[in-house]
Amino acid sequence: MIPARFEYHRPSDVSAALAILTEHGDDARVLAGGHSLIPMMKLRMAAIEHLIDLQDIAELKGISVDGGTITIGAMTTQHELIDNADLAKAAPILREAALQIADPQVRYVGTVGGNVANGDPGNDMPGLMQCLGATFHLVGPGGTRDVAARDYYEAAYMTDREDDEILVSVSFPVPEGGYAYEKQKRKIGDYATAACAVQVTMAGGSCTAASIAMTNLSDTPIWSKDAGAVLVGTDCGPGAIGAAVDAAVAAIDPTEDNRGPVEFKKHVAGVVIRRAIERAISRA
Amino acid sequence: MNDLTPSREERTENLKGLGCSRKRVEDARFTQGKGNYVDDIKMPGMLFGDFVRSPYAHARVKNINSEEALKVPGVLAVLTAKDLEPLGLHWMPTLAGDKQMVLADGKVLFQGQEVAFVVATDRYAAADGIEAVEVEYEELPVVVDPFKALDPDAPVLREDLEGQTEGAHGPRKHHNHIFLWEAGDKEATESVLASADVVAEEMVYYHRTHPCPLEPCGCVASMDKVNGKLTLWGTFQAPHAVRTVASLISGIAEHNIRVISPDIGGGFGNKVGVYPGYVCSIVASIVTGKPVKWIEDRMDNLMATAFARDYWMKGKIAATKEGKITGLWCHTTADHGGFDACADPTKFPAGFMNICTGSYDIPVAYLGVDGVYTNKAPGGVAYRCSFRVTEAAYFIERMIEILAIELNMDAAELRRINFIKKEQFPYQSALGWEYDSGDYHTAWEKALKAVDYEGLRKEQAERVEAFKRGETRKLLGIGLTHFTEIVGAGPVKNCDILGLGMFDSCEIRIHPTGSAIARLGTISQGQGHATTFAQILASEIGLPADSITIEEGDTDTAPYGLGTYGSRSTPVAGAATAMAGRKIRAKAQMIAAYLLEVHDDDVEWDVDRFAVKGAPERFKTMAEIAFAAYNQAIPGIEPGLEAVSYYDPPNMTYPFGAYICVMEIDVDTGVHEIRQFYALDDCGTRINPMIIEGQVHGGVTEALAIAMGQEIAYDEMGNVKTGTLMDFFLPTAWETPNYTTDHTTTPSPHHPIGAKGVGESPNVGGVPAFSNAVHDAFRAFGLRQSHMPHDHWRIWKTAHDLGLHG
Ligand SMILES: Cc1cc2nc3c(=O)[nH]c(=O)nc-3n(C[C@H](O)[C@H](O)[C@H](O)COP(=O)(O)OP(=O)(O)OC[C@H]3O[C@@H](n4cnc5c(N)ncnc54)[C@H](O)[C@@H]3O)c2cc1C
Repeated sequence: MIPARFEYHRPSDVSAALAILTEHGDDARVLAGGHSLIPMMKLRMAAIEHLIDLQDIAELKGISVDGGTITIGAMTTQHELIDNADLAKAAPILREAALQIADPQVRYVGTVGGNVANGDPGNDMPGLMQCLGATFHLVGPGGTRDVAARDYYEAAYMTDREDDEILVSVSFPVPEGGYAYEKQKRKIGDYATAACAVQVTMAGGSCTAASIAMTNLSDTPIWSKDAGAVLVGTDCGPGAIGAAVDAAVAAIDPTEDNRGPVEFKKHVAGVVIRRAIERAISRA
Repeated sequence: MNDLTPSREERTENLKGLGCSRKRVEDARFTQGKGNYVDDIKMPGMLFGDFVRSPYAHARVKNINSEEALKVPGVLAVLTAKDLEPLGLHWMPTLAGDKQMVLADGKVLFQGQEVAFVVATDRYAAADGIEAVEVEYEELPVVVDPFKALDPDAPVLREDLEGQTEGAHGPRKHHNHIFLWEAGDKEATESVLASADVVAEEMVYYHRTHPCPLEPCGCVASMDKVNGKLTLWGTFQAPHAVRTVASLISGIAEHNIRVISPDIGGGFGNKVGVYPGYVCSIVASIVTGKPVKWIEDRMDNLMATAFARDYWMKGKIAATKEGKITGLWCHTTADHGGFDACADPTKFPAGFMNICTGSYDIPVAYLGVDGVYTNKAPGGVAYRCSFRVTEAAYFIERMIEILAIELNMDAAELRRINFIKKEQFPYQSALGWEYDSGDYHTAWEKALKAVDYEGLRKEQAERVEAFKRGETRKLLGIGLTHFTEIVGAGPVKNCDILGLGMFDSCEIRIHPTGSAIARLGTISQGQGHATTFAQILASEIGLPADSITIEEGDTDTAPYGLGTYGSRSTPVAGAATAMAGRKIRAKAQMIAAYLLEVHDDDVEWDVDRFAVKGAPERFKTMAEIAFAAYNQAIPGIEPGLEAVSYYDPPNMTYPFGAYICVMEIDVDTGVHEIRQFYALDDCGTRINPMIIEGQVHGGVTEALAIAMGQEIAYDEMGNVKTGTLMDFFLPTAWETPNYTTDHTTTPSPHHPIGAKGVGESPNVGGVPAFSNAVHDAFRAFGLRQSHMPHDHWRIWKTAHDLGLHG
């Protein structure tokens, strides 16, 4: 459990970080909280010669709720998400989800940026960002670029981000209505067996918008457009919820692991999705 | 004339002796991070060794090329079996009478097996060196199923034993067979089964798991070439045994070896065995002349050092229609992995599995255990239990539940009918043990009342109805257990390890100013010996526990003992402590009589002093006596006040308890929630109730882990699937429920202070309590048996197979 040798860089602004990244190309990787990357290096599954620690870069930190938009700097820790009163008020789903990530020790250092950039299907933030319709702000040698969270994930650990790009921040419109992040895991510190993020708005007893996304049930997060669409225009009664659950389950493709076989995961996913939808509706 | 204040009660309290919830003296250093563990040992010029391990479960090792590794800066040497062979150290004896490769000798038998030992200036260089060693393997067919291992055409795992039909424990009937161990009367049992009213039959599997102490195993070996002395610090649960074994296998005279167990961060049986890391560190230190440290990491520990359990227990239990048990039959297939490295007393290759008649009066029984080699890691240690006692308890407590189903009877009532009665003790069990004492009915009624058993059953029945009506998706399980342990190994007449009798020892020196040091042959790994042994002594010799230092773990200073595991410390070393204390007191009596100018028989013991009979104001306190022992010439009495006792217990002790777990189960997700856990323990005389409670909390938590998720799982290729704490379940405060502890007190009649040992009871009783709760939740829907660990998916599958998902 000891990583191979590497050089450690600690730039204090984004352009310096980009310069190192450009210089070393494939051999370099940025380091955020390190709670996904360092274990891989210790297992020698990732051999990285140049590690660029982003923690001194102030411009990558912070949470702002400005008008209708929430922006979260990539280097904001998961603990800071939980601790921020403005955020808890504007988008309570973030706090609910972050509290279900890992354990307090991991959350003190694990970052939002690392969590969404990583591309691990087990990470909880990517599904959540897809549910919220977030935009990822990247910067590279050629300048800045925005990617929709729903377009960012290609396969496990494969994302739309180029090797020489850094994620600066994520932003999304202040969510409305009811919300829920429901997660089943084996224990504290475990990734999801199945997890689901839901935002629903209701007006006059009828659903006006719904967004449903899932974690660790495919090799990428899954935002099910159909599942949300099924709810819209209904009273969100049992029939509509059942149809939404069916649509969401139809969109997933889980694989067997120590948590259990596919059949079990699909079944549990159905239960978790249903609970998330019901809780979100109860809060709408 | 002396003043008679403080009162006797105040003086007793002042001693903090037996029965006092004295705060743990160890905690001041542990809670400040000031413990001194083996990895804290740093010596000038110390080197670091680490292993190249096999990625394959079964393969021939064709070639090992160290050339590139030796080029890595800091790497000094790469040891392989070839280097150890001239010293005769490429194999080593196991505690079970088998032998084990220290480094791969031509082949590997399990994933993670030690192949080469890289010695470097620090652990970072060693890690790079390991990466650079090139090993050429040729994969061989893998056997992970112990039943398939006994197929006639199964691959031969132990080529070194080919053609050997006699093993350490009798005949071997197959090339992958280790032993058959039998107890009881097979014929009589089978004839009872053949004519019984009712026979319940089931396969009960206790899965492979791992003790996983927070601190993994490690050592520092330092050979001083000038004086020829080897010092070995390490995570040893039995330091003296390690010294003797090290001397036998290395040829270094025993007086030239000093073994020291510093603070140990949990053992749970994992640190009883002798591991290749110890041997390689010693060799590397001899070769280099420098101290060499070896410390496992978590993955090494889970993958390669001693696992626990892995018993397939086929059971048959016979009873009358009314529920009186008439016979018990068990055949176990024991998966020992690639080498038989169990740490059992030599004559008991299946440990004390023959305690499997449990708390019940069963007239006739038979047990047969077949040990089998597979391509898995060796071990089979007693993970927080006396040797195989948790397997035995799980087996009988499952069989009782299954019999209750077969008889359509309440499982609490079935137990009540069959308990050994108070007046039957000492009780001779059908499988050969003499239970020293017990009062099971009293404990059982107390437990049932405490949880309102009748009320729970009513609630459960209502829940089942509500479930059937579709009003809830949660079921309620009531997990009952009444366990009997057998601990305190043990009488030298039948208990030894590698010929070393399983007595234990205590040596006491009283200092002139009325304080003392006592040294024991045991070693605490978190049990709080420094606290409790001082309390035993305080009550025996009348000096405050706070004035008594307890020291263990240094073979140069401590008297010989067999170490700490199998709940043996209090039953054996605790007894030695009391006996040594009594020797002190006997001498003190003579000194007191001399000082008081009366005959020895005219003084009597009174808490912390000897007083003249009938004249309590004429006395000498222990502190005064101690001073006199060192500064007065007393005719006929040697100066000084010291004693030593080697205690050979006349029998084992038999702690018991009644545990009840109330569990809610979500049928749709397999998620459980523990609503209540009640643990009543009877460990005889209670030395420190707070420590007992702590032991129960810790032990039940480990039981929770084992029953509900913890396992060492292998895939068909022999790959370990649960090699990190991401998949290997260690509960945190979050998963740990609240426990209610309770007790009855039935002192052991043969132990000097009546104590029986408690550290392992909660694991022994806890596992069946949790598992029975899961099974009980589904009893109304026809479940008889399912396998642990009861993680989400297995519980879900149970519900699914019973048709509960519609
Ligand atoms: C025991 C344990 C349990 C966990 N459980 C969960 C869980 O339940 N749910 C969950 O979601 N996560 C879990 N995690 C992961 C944890 O949340 C990680 O911290 C997180 O996934 C990655 O964030 P990080 O800041 O640590 O990133 P790092 O590990 O530093 O980086 C991860 C990857 O992202 C890249 N990266 C990081 N920041 C940027 C950036 N700004 N721009 C471009 N690339 C970047 C890195 O190069 C690296 O490839 C767990 C981790 C542990 C150790």
